[in-house]
Amino acid sequence: MYGWCGKISKINLCDHTWDIETVDPEILKKFIGGRGLAGYYLGKKITLGWDDPDMPLLIFTGPLVNTRSPTSGRMTIMSRSPLTGTVGDSSVGGSFGTELKKAGFDGIIITGKSPTLSGIEIFNASIHVTDAGHLAGRQTGYVHSLLKGKGSAAVIGPAAENGVVFSSIMVDRHFAAGRGGIGRVLACKNIKYITVKGTGTTKIFNSQDLKSAREDVFRLAAASPVLLGEFGISRFGTGALYDLMDARRMMPTDNFRQTKFSQASLMNAHAFKKRYAPKKSGCRGCHILCKKITKNRTPMPEFETMSHFSALLDNNDIHTVVRANRICNEMGMDTISAAATLACFSEISQKRLSPNEIVSLLVDIGKKRGVGTALGRGAAIYATRRGSSDLAMTVKGQELPAYDPRGAYGMALAYATSTRGGCHLRAYPISHEILRKPVATDRFTFNGKARIIKSSEDLNAVADSLTACKFIFFAASLEEYAKIYTAVTGVKTSGQDLFKTGERIYYNERIMNAANGFSEKDDDLPDRFFTSPGYKNESINIGPIDRKAFLEARSNYYVVRKLDKKGMPVPETAKKLGLDVF
Amino acid sequence: MDQIFSTYEDKFLKNGLTNPGAPLLGLLDARLSWNKDDIACTVLEKLFEHLNMNSLVFSQPAEPYRSIVEYLAETSGGTIFPSDCETRTFLHDLPVSFNFSPESIISALKERKSVIIPGQGIVTYGTVGMEQAYVTFSSVCFACFVKFFSDYLHDIKHGKINNRRQNLFDLLVKKLEPAPCFKGSLMKGPFDSEMSVYQAIQEAGMLTVEHRLVDSYFGNISFCYNDTLYISQTGSSLDNLQGCIDPCPLDGSSCTAITASSELPAHLKIVKNTTNKAILHGHPRFSVILSMDCDIENCQCRGQCHMKCPHERFVGDIPIVSGEVGSGPYGLCNTVPEAIKERPGVIVYGHGLFTAGQTDFNRPFKNLIKIENNCREEYFNRVRSFRRTGQ
Repeated sequence: MYGWCGKISKINLCDHTWDIETVDPEILKKFIGGRGLAGYYLGKKITLGWDDPDMPLLIFTGPLVNTRSPTSGRMTIMSRSPLTGTVGDSSVGGSFGTELKKAGFDGIIITGKSPTLSGIEIFNASIHVTDAGHLAGRQTGYVHSLLKGKGSAAVIGPAAENGVVFSSIMVDRHFAAGRGGIGRVLACKNIKYITVKGTGTTKIFNSQDLKSAREDVFRLAAASPVLLGEFGISRFGTGALYDLMDARRMMPTDNFRQTKFSQASLMNAHAFKKRYAPKKSGCRGCHILCKKITKNRTPMPEFETMSHFSALLDNNDIHTVVRANRICNEMGMDTISAAATLACFSEISQKRLSPNEIVSLLVDIGKKRGVGTALGRGAAIYATRRGSSDLAMTVKGQELPAYDPRGAYGMALAYATSTRGGCHLRAYPISHEILRKPVATDRFTFNGKARIIKSSEDLNAVADSLTACKFIFFAASLEEYAKIYTAVTGVKTSGQDLFKTGERIYYNERIMNAANGFSEKDDDLPDRFFTSPGYKNESINIGPIDRKAFLEARSNYYVVRKLDKKGMPVPETAKKLGLDVF
Repeated sequence: MDQIFSTYEDKFLKNGLTNPGAPLLGLLDARLSWNKDDIACTVLEKLFEHLNMNSLVFSQPAEPYRSIVEYLAETSGGTIFPSDCETRTFLHDLPVSFNFSPESIISALKERKSVIIPGQGIVTYGTVGMEQAYVTFSSVCFACFVKFFSDYLHDIKHGKINNRRQNLFDLLVKKLEPAPCFKGSLMKGPFDSEMSVYQAIQEAGMLTVEHRLVDSYFGNISFCYNDTLYISQTGSSLDNLQGCIDPCPLDGSSCTAITASSELPAHLKIVKNTTNKAILHGHPRFSVILSMDCDIENCQCRGQCHMKCPHERFVGDIPIVSGEVGSGPYGLCNTVPEAIKERPGVIVYGHGLFTAGQTDFNRPFKNLIKIENNCREEYFNRVRSFRRTGQ
């Protein structure tokens, strides 16, 4: 078999056994790998509670992983989200996916619950569940240092063990599977870490075609200002977006009460670069290298983290942002949700948090101390318990990232329709509404956005399944990646065929969410965005979103996505897409 | 929808891409809309059903593109392979469908962004908006124009021109627009405010498009004022730069220019390493065509001319350099800034022309015209020399 290994490992933690399943090639073609294939397997168990021992945690790579395909060193970790109750998945970099492929697996499915805190160690076809009791409560960096030599490692921190519902899984120390609280699922299974190391290779169908398609992608990447340009993410990290969000007056500030942060010019990527002089780093096999790490191995915060730990909390101390990022990584917490939950706390308490308070509250959350215990339930539950549910800036219970939807209406619609709750990456309309790729669209209109969002959701579902980094699609398109996919796997396809596969993957997620009761009422934004302005001066007005226009766009989205009027999947569409789940 | 349709109908016409009333435009959100009733709608509606797209253009191009596209399509064997930079980077190649059936068009568009149907026209589409379909249509016309005249020059040198091609060439030459000419004056520098810089950039951009020195989408322009480079945004139309100019501080203290033109690195190097402050980059056709005319046989870099050329090449006193779009080891930012020192301009192989000036856009704009006209004259001189000698 080319591209895929054709095998997945099923690990049962109840009795520490495992077996191998050979995957039907037709299923591989239908769901590709990564997020798509993980979703296929999750669908069978999706109505179980996230903490039910039979609820699987799935780690899946894609056919392009462990090949020379550009930006392909990623994988998906998926389960049902403890934070939202929806599908919960994260695409994560590092080298875990590559090692898993080298070990001979397209994915692993972990079910059951270990009687005691344990680790899973994979070396080629050999899998051991080992005792990890001595690592209880330990931070992720410490655990990673102990696991040196065992290959790539995915580790949870104390936050997950202490019940924080936005817990992350840290891969290879610096790469976070952050969103949706997926780390909490691993903790619930009593697994502290997973390591994997392999020595195998992935067979390529046509190396010459792969080389040619690679060159096309590299040429496009070199032509992309966002990726490899003078101020692109290769040079400045994703923090390169910070100034732009400020310039477009859509930087969420003070828990989304404003969209302009007065101290932004002092807290931008240039300021971080000047102060910390970070070096380039990144996922295995990637030439963009958007991750920035200092000489003493301190990771620089990503854009979302930079923005939320500065503007959202009205914090102008740059070092606090770096400390907050490090604490979240060490504790194993999603930085977006952590910062947004603190911002919600700040507004409800009517108290601006000092740099020290930000840091100590993060530690309290991770260690389940004092008010940290309540904050560890996430902004939505915290605000509801305080009688202020309207002050939680969440969608489907997940805290919103660092793009204010009043400044980009496609983003507003994408937040609402995302299958994993408040998420910027499902459709990432910032690409065209702000970054002008593939062409610029009017950010202050919903006209045409329903179809664009649906199309982008399908595209990113494919990217997460191949797997490839979503950032490369600022430059390349599925037209180029279809050539790569065919060169690697030998499966004839086109960019348009892959869009259809993306549609199938996304619809499957809508079906899973619908099975757990999610509907139109959940595809919505907090009231604040429809009632309060964000910023206004002579040249720009970031006013509230017209709710009627939003609802019309959402209805259009349902039509385009072929859902019913309530946003629910319909059997006819599912059947046409080859989904036999009804 | 009507507003979008009328904007693009005007753009097609203004840029000489189609005749009045010719383009059929389709837009789909929840429902499909067309700009006019047309018999082709029945066929093209099926494209929306089978392809992931939200916009479509179908039209015969205006002359001289129409004759060129028809000829190249008919003689292509199914795919046209232009070698200009835009095609190489963004379109890759141009598929041809010999029948106007949904199946055939869909099959081509599954692979590429456009399809040429001989006798019918060009179909292009967008996934995000009509601008994509427009840009692709424009790129196809540009690529075919450059390919036809490049191939002709190459083949006449090698005695490979048949009667049909010769007759077409003669006809097309008669249909060519007159060489651009400008006798006026642009805003005079030095400028004393940011506002005048914006106005000067917009004026020069507009004139560049009006004189057909660049298709609307292509090209970029910048001016350095008070240690900030003001530069057109990526994917912006030079004739509509209002709100599409990024300020980029030379000390790198802000990343707002992340949306600037792909050629920002080259512009920055030029202003940092020379005394120039005004930079204009267009894609005038005969400059592009002539840049690809190279007589050096058995060159070790043949086939890689766009990336690396070991020879010093000139048209008159204007250097021709290699370089790909943007950054990267073969990016034109590594060749143009050095070559433009003490020169009125630089041509990038298969791509376009950079000109620069010290105080305002008068010199760069006039040089853009002058160099293009020199290239045009030189092109026909070379053609004539081979026709005379009968080689």
